[in-house]
Amino acid sequence: MILSVRDLKVSFRTDGGLVRAIDGVSFDLDESEILGVVGESGSGKTVSLLAVMGLITDPNATIEGSIRYKGRELVGLPARELRRLRGNEIAMIFQDPMTALTPVYTIGWQIAEQIRAHRGVSKSKAMERVEELLAEVNFPNPHEAMSRYPHQLSGGMRQRAVIAMALSCNPALLVADEPTTALDVTVQAGILDLVRKLRATHKSAVVFITHDMGVVSELADRVMVMYAGRVVERGSRTELFSDPRHPYTRALLGSIPPLTGEKPRRLPAIPGSPPSLLRLPQGCAFGPRCPVRFEPCEAAKPALGAGTHPAACFRVAQA
Amino acid sequence: MIYAILRRFGQMLFVMFGISVIVFLIFFATPGSDPAARIAGRNASPEVLEAVRHSFGFDRPLYVQYVTMMEKIFVTGDLTSFVNRGWKVVPAVMDSIPVTLSLVFGAAILWVVVSIIIGIVAAATRDSWLDKLLMALGLLGISMPVYWLGEVMNLITQSRYHDSWAFSWVPPLGYKNFSDDPKGWFLTLVIPWITLAILYIGIYGRVLRAAIIESMQEDYIRTARAKGLSETRILLRHALRTSLIAFVTLFGLDFGALVGGSALLTEVVFGLHGIGKLTYDALQNLDLPMIMATVMYASMFVVVANAVVDFVYILLDPRLRTS
Repeated sequence: MILSVRDLKVSFRTDGGLVRAIDGVSFDLDESEILGVVGESGSGKTVSLLAVMGLITDPNATIEGSIRYKGRELVGLPARELRRLRGNEIAMIFQDPMTALTPVYTIGWQIAEQIRAHRGVSKSKAMERVEELLAEVNFPNPHEAMSRYPHQLSGGMRQRAVIAMALSCNPALLVADEPTTALDVTVQAGILDLVRKLRATHKSAVVFITHDMGVVSELADRVMVMYAGRVVERGSRTELFSDPRHPYTRALLGSIPPLTGEKPRRLPAIPGSPPSLLRLPQGCAFGPRCPVRFEPCEAAKPALGAGTHPAACFRVAQA
Repeated sequence: MIYAILRRFGQMLFVMFGISVIVFLIFFATPGSDPAARIAGRNASPEVLEAVRHSFGFDRPLYVQYVTMMEKIFVTGDLTSFVNRGWKVVPAVMDSIPVTLSLVFGAAILWVVVSIIIGIVAAATRDSWLDKLLMALGLLGISMPVYWLGEVMNLITQSRYHDSWAFSWVPPLGYKNFSDDPKGWFLTLVIPWITLAILYIGIYGRVLRAAIIESMQEDYIRTARAKGLSETRILLRHALRTSLIAFVTLFGLDFGALVGGSALLTEVVFGLHGIGKLTYDALQNLDLPMIMATVMYASMFVVVANAVVDFVYILLDPRLRTS
């Protein structure tokens, strides 16, 4: 077990009151496992992983619960210690490669900066390593690419540079926050191949955040579905895709156009929109949008339950 | 990059030419006024008027007048003031340049260094008492008019406390040539430098703090944090570099304007006969050739300062190197 998150709660003090962005999220991650985290915008996918990275810098935020990395508690760890892990053992790839790199330095410089921050190597040694890394993420001409500035590269190239940077210190855990969302489909496929290949060569565990069920079905070993700051369903990829239990998961899968059979006239969409975190309903947060809600849903929040494929739904518990 | 710099240099020459034409036209082709009469000054005799008319070529086409004028300013340098009879304009300007440059350069070094330190410290300790104190002091600096501050400085260092140990080193007002007396040059300018710099330290410190805080919200700062860099390194290497662009823009405008004569109040208060004082006196006497020369000089400096700013941009931001 490389990462173990237990009952993670993240709340922000705002003018409108206390917002609980993450409410009791728990999950485990094994070595070289790919976990897909799915959910709509605002469901807390990114915030929960930023909490793992210790990257929530907002002074109005409070983080409760437990995040154990290789058995070591990260919540409440001093900033210095956390910094030694970040970029070294736990690396992150961000959503928008256009803005994720500092515009005024070459990508070679930026990758070497990370290597030198964690390994006491000379500048030229770091640069050699940068060249290897860029070759590894399929830059056609890695030596030349090193001296390029971010604005001289395309979106896909920049994302590969960001991935090379994330891999520079051989992290045991890689957090990818929607790394393909800002890219077009062919580039996206290349990046997914790369993540798979890197899992094989670097033996890194990967947490892959996305709202794209297609990406999850291609890449993830296990899947976690989030809604309004809570985990609503969790299971292996096959379990989740062949036997979706939570109505929200089913609705997400239902809104993917089918490849075979008759084409639906209109794709089904989930009615309504995610609830405001300031005014969550009394009972199940998905209740107001749920096609199969019944009385218990109004009264209490359904618990996730145990087992390999739990779902937080009273209908599932009933069945 | 070399190409971008060369191109900018070419543009600079072109702009200078444009300015010289416009300034010339404003002075010598304004409809309904006789430039000869204005150059000769009030109550000039017909003989003087005739001499002026001939010497500036006012009886010949406009482009000849322009060339004659430029020749007088830049080539032969024998433009003469008729108000102050026979006073050569160009040497007078040349004598004033070192005074203004000494004043403005020294103050600029002071305000750039101090305001960068203040901006960084305030941004790093954002919302703390130190940040609030620095910003309040900055506001105070901005609010103090330079002529008032200068007089207060003089009151303290020249009269009230001049005999105390703290200010006995302050020499009397006036300018000393650097080549004659480097120590005297430095000592006479210390108080003017501080006086002139205080306003700009306030402005620049506040601008830089705001720019750094804005940069710290950028995605690439989050990337830098995810890389495991220290907060100091993130601030100095990643946030400061991109924040300096606004700073450099402001600097170019202010520096150009100051060298071009806006340091007038400081020059007057401290008895420094610089470009500002020269222009002011020329305006008082309607000394047209002198005004013409100082306006040309001032606009040239604004143009040069802006070109230098653009060079610095190119150094700071690689995105501007291509195109």
